[in-house]
Amino acid sequence: MAAVQGGMGDADIKTDIKTEPSADGFGNNNANDGRVLSASPGSSSSTGSNKQTAAVTPEDQQTLLAVLQFLKKNKLSESVEILRREAGLPENSLDPKANESAGAGSGGAAGIVDLEGGDASSLLSRVTGSSSAGAQAPTKAAVAEDQPDVSVVLSAYSQQGDPTLYKVYYRDLKKFIETVLDCHRAELSQVFYPLFVHMYLELVYNNHESEAKAFFEKFSGDQECYYEEDLRILSGLTKKEHMRGNETLLDFRTSKFVLRISRDSYQLLKRHLQERQNNQIWNIIQEHLYIDIFDGMPRSKSQIDAMSGSLAGEAKREANKTKVYYGLLKEPEIELPLDDEDEEAENEEGKPKKKKPKKDSVGSKSKKQDPNAPSQNRIPLPELKDSDKLDKIMYMKEATKRIRLGPDNLPSVCFYTFLNAYQGLTAVDLTDDSSLIAGGFADSTVRVWSVTPKKLRKVKSAADLNLIDKESDDVLERIMDEKTASESKIMYGHSGPVYGISFSPDRNYLLSSSEDGTVRLWSLLTFTCLVAYKGHNYPVWDTQFSPYGYYFVSGGHDRVARLWATDHYQPLRIFSGHLADITCTRFHPNSNYVATGSSDRTIRLWDVLSGNCVRIFTGHKGPIHSLAFSPNGKFLASGATDGRVLLWDIGHGLMVGELKGHTDTIYSLRFSRDGEILASGSMDNTVRLWDAMKAFDDLETDDFTAATGHIHLQDNSQELLLGTYTTKSTPVIHLHFTRRNLLLAAGAFNP
Amino acid sequence: EISSHSRFDPCHLNGSHDGILCFSSKCDLDFVCVSTRGYIYRPVCFLVSAMAEERRQKHCSVVLPTESMKAMAESVGVGQLQEDSCVALSEEVSYRIKEIAQDALKFMHHGKRRKLTTSDIDNALKLKNVEPLYGFQSQEFIPFRFASGGGRELHFYEEKEVDLSDIINTPLPRVPLDVSLKAHWLSIEGMQPAIPENPPPATKEQQKAESTEPLKVVKPGQEEEGTIQGKSQGTTTPDGKGKEKGLIRLKPRSTHELSVEQQLYYKEITEACVGSCEAKRAEALQSIATDPGLYQMLPRFSTFISEGVRVNVVQNNLALLIYLMRMVKALMDNPTLYLEKYLHELIPAVVTCIVSKQLCLRPDVDNHWALRDFAARLMAQSCKTFSTTTNNIQSRITKTFTKSWLDDKTQWTTRYGCIAGLAELGSDVIKTLIIPRLAVEGARIKAVMEGPVVSNIDKIGAEHVQSLLLKHCASVIAKLRPQPDNVDQYRTDYGYLGPMLCSHVMKARTQAALQAQQVNRTTLTITQPRPTLSVSQSGLSGSSGPRTPSIIKVPSSLTLMSPRPGTPSQPSPPATKYIVMATSAGAASTQQVILFFTTTPGNLSSQSASPVTSTVPSATSTLQPLVKLESGSGAGLTASRPLQKYIVVSLPSSASSSLETKSSVLPTSISSSSLDGGMKLERSESPGASTQSPH
Repeated sequence: MAAVQGGMGDADIKTDIKTEPSADGFGNNNANDGRVLSASPGSSSSTGSNKQTAAVTPEDQQTLLAVLQFLKKNKLSESVEILRREAGLPENSLDPKANESAGAGSGGAAGIVDLEGGDASSLLSRVTGSSSAGAQAPTKAAVAEDQPDVSVVLSAYSQQGDPTLYKVYYRDLKKFIETVLDCHRAELSQVFYPLFVHMYLELVYNNHESEAKAFFEKFSGDQECYYEEDLRILSGLTKKEHMRGNETLLDFRTSKFVLRISRDSYQLLKRHLQERQNNQIWNIIQEHLYIDIFDGMPRSKSQIDAMSGSLAGEAKREANKTKVYYGLLKEPEIELPLDDEDEEAENEEGKPKKKKPKKDSVGSKSKKQDPNAPSQNRIPLPELKDSDKLDKIMYMKEATKRIRLGPDNLPSVCFYTFLNAYQGLTAVDLTDDSSLIAGGFADSTVRVWSVTPKKLRKVKSAADLNLIDKESDDVLERIMDEKTASESKIMYGHSGPVYGISFSPDRNYLLSSSEDGTVRLWSLLTFTCLVAYKGHNYPVWDTQFSPYGYYFVSGGHDRVARLWATDHYQPLRIFSGHLADITCTRFHPNSNYVATGSSDRTIRLWDVLSGNCVRIFTGHKGPIHSLAFSPNGKFLASGATDGRVLLWDIGHGLMVGELKGHTDTIYSLRFSRDGEILASGSMDNTVRLWDAMKAFDDLETDDFTAATGHIHLQDNSQELLLGTYTTKSTPVIHLHFTRRNLLLAAGAFNP
Repeated sequence: EISSHSRFDPCHLNGSHDGILCFSSKCDLDFVCVSTRGYIYRPVCFLVSAMAEERRQKHCSVVLPTESMKAMAESVGVGQLQEDSCVALSEEVSYRIKEIAQDALKFMHHGKRRKLTTSDIDNALKLKNVEPLYGFQSQEFIPFRFASGGGRELHFYEEKEVDLSDIINTPLPRVPLDVSLKAHWLSIEGMQPAIPENPPPATKEQQKAESTEPLKVVKPGQEEEGTIQGKSQGTTTPDGKGKEKGLIRLKPRSTHELSVEQQLYYKEITEACVGSCEAKRAEALQSIATDPGLYQMLPRFSTFISEGVRVNVVQNNLALLIYLMRMVKALMDNPTLYLEKYLHELIPAVVTCIVSKQLCLRPDVDNHWALRDFAARLMAQSCKTFSTTTNNIQSRITKTFTKSWLDDKTQWTTRYGCIAGLAELGSDVIKTLIIPRLAVEGARIKAVMEGPVVSNIDKIGAEHVQSLLLKHCASVIAKLRPQPDNVDQYRTDYGYLGPMLCSHVMKARTQAALQAQQVNRTTLTITQPRPTLSVSQSGLSGSSGPRTPSIIKVPSSLTLMSPRPGTPSQPSPPATKYIVMATSAGAASTQQVILFFTTTPGNLSSQSASPVTSTVPSATSTLQPLVKLESGSGAGLTASRPLQKYIVVSLPSSASSSLETKSSVLPTSISSSSLDGGMKLERSESPGASTQSPH
């Protein structure tokens, strides 16, 4: 790998890890601020291997001082302490001369991020600085007002060139690329889109409106079709004033567009530009593009197309180099005392023989430590309660009755149709044991249904609870109020459509995220709201409980995902780096990682421990609306509005498959319990089943592929497609495999 | 951000008027949001539609016309707006509105909808920290009015003044139904059960396409089954369309296999339909009339009916004939079935029930007339639905009826049937074919009624014909003839029937007048009797009983609405398929049919009048099924033998292609039902498949 520009390396790493999105409620600190501050959680983490601390340039130090100044002014002494410690600044470094730089604009955001940094070092320790709560919510109004940062960002465009020459330059380059050898053409064509965008923006910034328009009309048709949506946004932008506060544009500026080009092709381009003295283009390439050069054969058009499409180009190779512990955690060993009696009662003969090997297999599986698994206590996990153990036992029992699925043994699909939803069903979730189903609705309600004969009951009132004999064996049964039994319960509390919903693994809680910017935690014993987690301020598109409970993740319009613990009212981690809305969030089965899908058409994998982004997957051509981890934790499947499902190898950081077939947004993905079948549900009213085993078996994970990240996808969607089941007129928005591998699907009938 | 999933088609977008306010889209984006003070919705609407335009014209930026700016400025009281400021404003506003529209689409996507709503725009406004406009939640489409004058064009929304007391005094609308949850099986071990909750396996269009263009590529689902069948039978048919190498495109083999569940269903249904329990029959008929998944079983049903009619006509089993006709009715009522392919079997059966000389054991007592009426109505219904210029069903049927009616030797029963069949075809047919013959027919009736008593049966027949003629002709004549009804005039015009007709016509006129009043007063009363059949015969209450909405739990495991799918039920044994050999009726009929054919020619009136008789040649010549005649759609067939071609089923051509080698296996006594023959073929081809049957 070779970074093109000298001295670019370290700064790049930082932007990559955390690019603070400006111009939203979260913070409007300028670019430099963003880098340094957001890097702090990383640097403070105990994982080591962070070079950032070493690379604090004088300029950054200046900024740090400014931030310290600000914090002190706001009496956030604790934060000052922490930040100073982290940055290794002397006690008395806070001198007034650093006043002028950043303070005014950065609002409370600096405080938050910084607190995050402090919090990160001890994950579960409470955020003690309660005084910081005031700084928590930066006012929206401030955003709309003056934005010095934006002008800083944009000023890069202020170079004056002859506006009429832009066309000539671009056409020149186009001609050149069209005449190069075929093998280089596909690679060099990647340059077109970012160049086009930046040239257009330069024209607009310098008030050459008509030239910009002409330039756009002339060359926008040449761009790849998957950039169409961005181009449409761009086409609306015709004035310098529009550039302020335009998020797409800021993304373009703040993050370098990443291209992967082979050394030969790059040399070719460089030579051409130097020969032609085409400084305009060369400058853009230098300043706004990140060209990731690799040695070897240039990639083919299909290879490039498979990986491109995201808002900011492909992922840099080193972005996916971090080791990811994708293995599963060791299952706690639980005695199965109940097992014997029950099974023997069920069928008497032949059982004792069978049971022993079965038990062994379960045991051996959990005893062996997966080499790829994180250490058991990498993330502190909640202790198992007795009820959890009981549930685990139930799970194991069910698992023994699980149907082995395969291409010849397809799962049955039971469809839960929501009738009379009036287009209002926005989210669905099922408990792991498939006993409850919850729906989030556009009218702000959350409804829970019991799909077993067991009805939903509330706990008795406090007065009645006092009368109960607490020593009795069936106290848990006695606390329930029989009078409240019903098949469904409605929970009111949100003030906007509910977009995300998730049951806790122990079935005692339910999370819901809403347009009103809150995530609410509901008790399924009392059917009341327990906590409203505030922090997003903008619509929260998705939320999910960790598979071990306690933690949960949420992501929304503010482009950050937050990791929370149920007993903290503030987030434990903020995962920031996406360039557009976070549309879906998923926990890795081992709870150590979180995957987020975004409207910027990338998927990121975040380390819960350090808060770092450890994987960036590009290749989707539309906003990603569904994610699913394979049960073994090795693979990730993602579905987007483009109707394609992409499969990713987490360990190698590679795309390993593409499943084409859906014609509309894929809203749900789920692997069967043993990972043999992948089910996808879509807006096109179909459930499709894919042969996941085969898709992952055919992998070519030789060293070369792993090293270069070049993939050769064969188009075998048709072979992998095992079944398509059409509903009458019901978009499929949720899928769930029961513990015995029966597939449950849900959606609202749409007459 | 306007994704490809939401394509906008502006209703009317032209030039420059102040904001296009309404538009609909392909994907039901038919929201409208306007307000007199809503500067935002209006432009949003305009721009969204404009952006749709933009899609087509490749990204050229569309902006609001400056005219609109002026109009809007005026509406908020700013009189004179400089041209420059208008331009600047419109550009700025257009840009902002595009932003809002893009955000609104985001909300639509997350709401998992295809329809953009006003609340999406409200939410997008909230994102921009703009106060949303409250009170524009109308779900319906609000039409826009267009006005022009003074050189300006205006689209506006008519806001009516609402009297609050009116609203208060109107009763509350019904509470909308609450959200509820319903479970059904979308698929059982990879197979999608054919239940009402699932889309029909083959849509009507698909069935139609398949029958009219058999060489076209069939839909994947069916094709798959076809290939599975091909494999299981070990034939050399190329599997799958895609892999077809040769240039010869074989007509896809129609499926002759049913799953175990379908076989069970078929057995249950047919037994219930002809069984003795009326409640069960009602359920079965209801199931036939509503179930969407019967497509596969249609050939069986159609054979069952046609064979059943053959047998029971011979045996004069009126009750069974009635049941079979009710089955036909149910099949025709099923909206998901495309019956064209099976008319060649169904029509002869129905026509037989109309015109057969004898339908019951005691023609003097039993009410076989009702059956004839019912079947005649069925015939009329199928003429209405299926008659096309290519198959000419109606004209051919009409010819058949007329021909046998005109024959002097025709029995009264057949005569009755012919007249009933014609009369049901509508007033035009009555006018042109029946009324001119009233005099002749009257004379014939007179001969029987007033002449020497020949036989009681003839007399009853004549009576029935008379009342039938009176019933149908009266209303038509009432419309045809001018008001004063003169008995003598009638007598001269219509002969013997004249006086009776006259009184009937007068009755019809008064009734019509009465009804007209009733219509004025209340709602329309349906005078047309429903084509249900009620028979009072030998202890069989033939009337269609109250139909319970629930159907027989067709293969009970299929419709299982498991309230707790958490326990994976074993829905069905692995789908071992085997072939249904023949229907019980069909199997039994082989003998009967031959017997029937030898006896009927004498029974039935004459030459080719009855469709059943016309089947004789095809039945007696043993290899007739090899002669593949096109079913119903054959246009160039001569009128002289109009129905013959119905009888000979076109064999599935793949079967006929293999017939060359297998024809020796064909039983020589094969009945006219060549479908039966086809099935026998199937059987002989695949002994393995039939032995697979589990029990």
